[in-house]
Amino acid sequence: MKPAPFKYIAASSLDQALALKAQYGDEARFLAGGQSLIPAMNFRLARPAVLIDINGLTQLAGLDRSDAQHLRVGALTRYRAMERDAGFLHDCPLFADALPHIAHPQIRSRGTIGGNLAHADPASELPAIALAMQARMGIRSIRGEREIAACDFFVGPLTTDLKPDEMLVGTAFPAARPRSGASFMEVARRRGDFALAGVAAVVSLDNEDRCSQIRLALCGVGDTPVDASRIASSLIGQRCTDKAIETVAGDVRGTIAPSGNIHASADYQRHVAGVLVRRAIAMAHKRIAHAA
Amino acid sequence: MQPDRHEIELFVNGKSCRRAVESRMLLTDFLRHELMLAGTHVGCEHGVCGACTILLDGAPVRSCLMFAVQANSHELITVEGLASAAAELNPLQQAMHEHHGLQCGYCTPGILMTMTAFLRENPEPSETELREALSGNLCRCTGYQNIIDAMLKAAHLLRAGAP
Amino acid sequence: MTTRFFGAPVKRNEDRKLLTGQALFVDDVELPDMLHAAFLRSAVAHARIRRIDVSEAMKRPGVVAVYTAEDLGTYWQPGPLLVPPPPIPRIVFNVRTQVPLAKEKVRYAGEPLAVVVAESRYIAEDALDDIMVELEPLPPVVDLEAAVAAGVSLVHDDLGSNVASHVRQTKGNYRKAVAGADLVLKRRFRYEHGISSPIETRGIVAQWNARGQQMTIWDTTQAPVFVRNGLAAILGLSERQVRVIAPFIGGGFGPKIMIFYPEEVTLPWISMRLNRPVKWIEDRLEHFVATTHERGQIHDAEIALSRDGRILGLKDVFLHDNGAYNPYGLTVPINSQCTMLGPYVIPAYDSTFTSVFTSLPIVTPYRGAGRQHGVFVIERLLDFAARELGIDPVEIRRRNLIPPDAFPFDNEIIYQDFAPLQYDSGNYEPVLDKALAAIGYEKFVHEEQPRLRAAGRSVGIGIACYVEGTGVGPYEGAKVQVQSNGRVSLVTGIGTQGQGHFTSFAQIAADQLGVDVTEVDVITGDTDQFYWGAGTFASRGAVVAGNAVSEASHVVRKKALKLASELFECSEDDLVIAGGKVSIAGIPEKFLTLSALAQHANPMRGAVKPGTEPGLESTQYFGPPRGTTANGVHAMIVEIDPETFELQILKYVVVHDCGTVINPMILSGQIHGGVAQGIGNAFYEKLVFDDQGQLLNASLADYLLPTALEVPRMEVGHTTTPSPLNPLGIKGAGEAGAIPVGPLFAQAIENALDLGHRRIELLEIPLSPSALYELTRKDGA
Repeated sequence: MKPAPFKYIAASSLDQALALKAQYGDEARFLAGGQSLIPAMNFRLARPAVLIDINGLTQLAGLDRSDAQHLRVGALTRYRAMERDAGFLHDCPLFADALPHIAHPQIRSRGTIGGNLAHADPASELPAIALAMQARMGIRSIRGEREIAACDFFVGPLTTDLKPDEMLVGTAFPAARPRSGASFMEVARRRGDFALAGVAAVVSLDNEDRCSQIRLALCGVGDTPVDASRIASSLIGQRCTDKAIETVAGDVRGTIAPSGNIHASADYQRHVAGVLVRRAIAMAHKRIAHAA
Repeated sequence: MQPDRHEIELFVNGKSCRRAVESRMLLTDFLRHELMLAGTHVGCEHGVCGACTILLDGAPVRSCLMFAVQANSHELITVEGLASAAAELNPLQQAMHEHHGLQCGYCTPGILMTMTAFLRENPEPSETELREALSGNLCRCTGYQNIIDAMLKAAHLLRAGAP
Repeated sequence: MTTRFFGAPVKRNEDRKLLTGQALFVDDVELPDMLHAAFLRSAVAHARIRRIDVSEAMKRPGVVAVYTAEDLGTYWQPGPLLVPPPPIPRIVFNVRTQVPLAKEKVRYAGEPLAVVVAESRYIAEDALDDIMVELEPLPPVVDLEAAVAAGVSLVHDDLGSNVASHVRQTKGNYRKAVAGADLVLKRRFRYEHGISSPIETRGIVAQWNARGQQMTIWDTTQAPVFVRNGLAAILGLSERQVRVIAPFIGGGFGPKIMIFYPEEVTLPWISMRLNRPVKWIEDRLEHFVATTHERGQIHDAEIALSRDGRILGLKDVFLHDNGAYNPYGLTVPINSQCTMLGPYVIPAYDSTFTSVFTSLPIVTPYRGAGRQHGVFVIERLLDFAARELGIDPVEIRRRNLIPPDAFPFDNEIIYQDFAPLQYDSGNYEPVLDKALAAIGYEKFVHEEQPRLRAAGRSVGIGIACYVEGTGVGPYEGAKVQVQSNGRVSLVTGIGTQGQGHFTSFAQIAADQLGVDVTEVDVITGDTDQFYWGAGTFASRGAVVAGNAVSEASHVVRKKALKLASELFECSEDDLVIAGGKVSIAGIPEKFLTLSALAQHANPMRGAVKPGTEPGLESTQYFGPPRGTTANGVHAMIVEIDPETFELQILKYVVVHDCGTVINPMILSGQIHGGVAQGIGNAFYEKLVFDDQGQLLNASLADYLLPTALEVPRMEVGHTTTPSPLNPLGIKGAGEAGAIPVGPLFAQAIENALDLGHRRIELLEIPLSPSALYELTRKDGA
């Protein structure tokens, strides 16, 4: 399982990286954490002719809190840095819940949020969280910059809106609303395995403890992360009773179309997704009471 | 096509080394067959088993998921760099020996590296935390129980000031 | 003679090397001028080979050679039948063994078609893409029942069917048993075992020395002596010209004792041809198809019982998935057939199996070696019978256990060691009682479970019993020598894959020779060091080699005492051997070190009495008359999330009887490891083939080995019923942990989810949360 030959270039600047990507297009891949790319290359399922190593572009790593409305996370930020940042975990409880489910510590030492989002594995946790939090994706190329909503970024299985010459450089997560709670839960065969179903839920309450907003996204149950917020909106204006939450769970179950895989039948995925929707909304709701 | 070769300089177990490598050479193969540090083992080459775990700038990484060329300018520690003196076993190794934490020994170097990094940051782990930290290292021989016992003991030894 | 080390949890001699990364594994072998091989493997499970064109591959820079079956010439031949069938009346047995490189036909996806030899593995893999293969696909044979149906595609065209073997064995009269029964239960079971997946894959380095006409082979094999003998024969060399070294090996578990794998046969030939050393290391992707599996069986079983739960008879007809070739004969299904009888008195037994060729990788023994399948059937039948008869599942087992005064217990049918299946010794009820006490059976069933259930938690308990035939022949040998520096050298022909032989054998010798365990240097797995032996398999290492070590050590001890008695001019009875010295009892200052004695025993000058041998050395062999039967009980408490069906093991107990124990620490380690593999087999590991014979989950991301989060703490207890079949009283234990875990999971999960009341039965292994969901939703839950 040795990779096919490639030309390796360690980019010394973002401009150089972008220029190279523009030059080589789809023949080149960015090498960030490499935790998804390199296994694929070792299996010879991926054979990029050129690897542009961007690990030296440290300006792409780190958290930027200069904007009070958004937490900006550089694409090259490693899971390891995120899980050691107590402030970040406090501000983004979905990450606090999800990070321990992402592979294993050694993978988290190298893997990056940008790599994860650009890889767009439909079973991956972070794309679903990006959807739930209505994150905005910062993209650059030699042609300039653009920013799009997460819901426009994930277009198909392992496919994003990134053009051949573009790089995901960062993600902006809107600050949590007051009186909000969040919860991420997943079911996998073993800790760290691909999710058979995962749910990210963010619940906000008004002053009368009625739901004012609900964000709900799922991973593992479709070709892309699934934004189920509209389906869950039946909860808005209501108290988050068990019955109301169960209704949402049932509606989500009826809407999603998981395909099943070697580890689980489609019906199991659908069933478990419903269970997790119920549990995650309930937990998100419970956390509001505690935070208040 | 001529092989794409690069000069790299890195620190391995405290020693500087300079080599020319083909870009696609995996870090595992570089350590084992260029530097002759065969203690780091290959189990899967797709980043699941953990046998190839080393420390990169102090953090545990799967060396099968890195190209040697990426290690340029970095500091690596492998299992050969663990024991403080030639004849001594360090507290983790000693604890593994006392608790029969290894059978065939093939996954052992990877586990030692993972646990070295983990115990450094978590000096007083619970059994659950230890199992979570160990979950990225597969062992087919021991059933993990003795490894956990060894690491609980090692944590205790480290807290007591063992070097 | 007091024992200081035998029976003690002595720490391992081999640890230091392994812990410091200094132990030599096959891929660590580096030789000047060494080349690297990569095998082109068929992507298709069943096809005629029309053409293999290697010309482009040969042109690639760095490629030294590319070979196909044609290039091997007369060297190409099917491998030997490793295990001939036992002498069973009316047996049908068809031999079709694997070949070095496929010729004319491909019979499983992964079968080697060609081999590239290059300056690096990287280049060799590049060249695989250059090879043009034209295959004419044929319908693959994947489904077991379809495989024996009329008109099906044939894996071996000349055979006329896909039957590898067909065996019926009977004991007593089953029909009569049915006639007199109060209950007859019939069920269909499917049991699938998995792959061994050691963390180290297979590998070979072959080095032909043309000048010295010597072949050296490093091989991850569990049977170096057999490999040496077989390779010498096919290479046209004398055995003494071939040295096979099995160095440190990263886990064996059975498939590394399958020998004359295509790669094992091809590499030495290549080295001779090119006169350069060649290395092949199996990568993980290859391992999934290139190393042997243990897979599935379908059982149609029935049991006849009296009203009080006594088994009157057992009948079983099963199909066994053999894979494309059967070099290992019918070892696996015959183990299933024999082990199904378990620790129970079963007066009548009628068992028939058909081992079927399929278009899938070869099946050979993997830890448990078919016993799992048999144990699943009998344990499940007892569970269902208990339910029907209103008897507690523990009680029904207790009522059927072979009583302690019934040994040796003759089960009559023929076992894998060619002899009638006889349990030499055992005392089963105390093992069961100890397990029940350790798991807290009564308290759980009557107090804890009701309490937890009332709190909405789905918790359940399971108990499973098994026997394990161990310590089979033919024999092993050991050479023990006190060297002139006083250190003891101990050499044996078997290999080591982590079982602690460097320590357990040293313990035996150390006790006999009065030295410290650390002063005994053990060498295993090098055919130049020890010529004779069979290998490490079937839980026989400690039993057979251990007894040979004991014999050899004993003879050396006597030689040392005799020599000392001559030098001291006293009686041997007046001597004490301890601390590396022989001294006169009561006069410790009158001593001779073993080192001095060894030197005395090998004089440079002077006359030597006729009939004496030089040195303090002895080679002894031990061959047991038959296998010796170990047994055990596993008990487990689980909790299941009633919505997601995720499972957590709350408590796990093993009580095992393997006779006399050399090193309890090593023994527990073996049990732990076996249980972990059993947990994988029961709930996580599943080979998924499509209907074209393609393995869909050939990666460790999708073939799920248990991690530290899936394997719980295990409590291991022992009883000791020494074996009468060897002087040390040892029984084997290597596979025990893995055997009963499947039925244990089924029983405990049924109990946790109260499936008995819902008339839902778990009849298949492996299970999974999704499988449990699918099985239970039919109830409308």
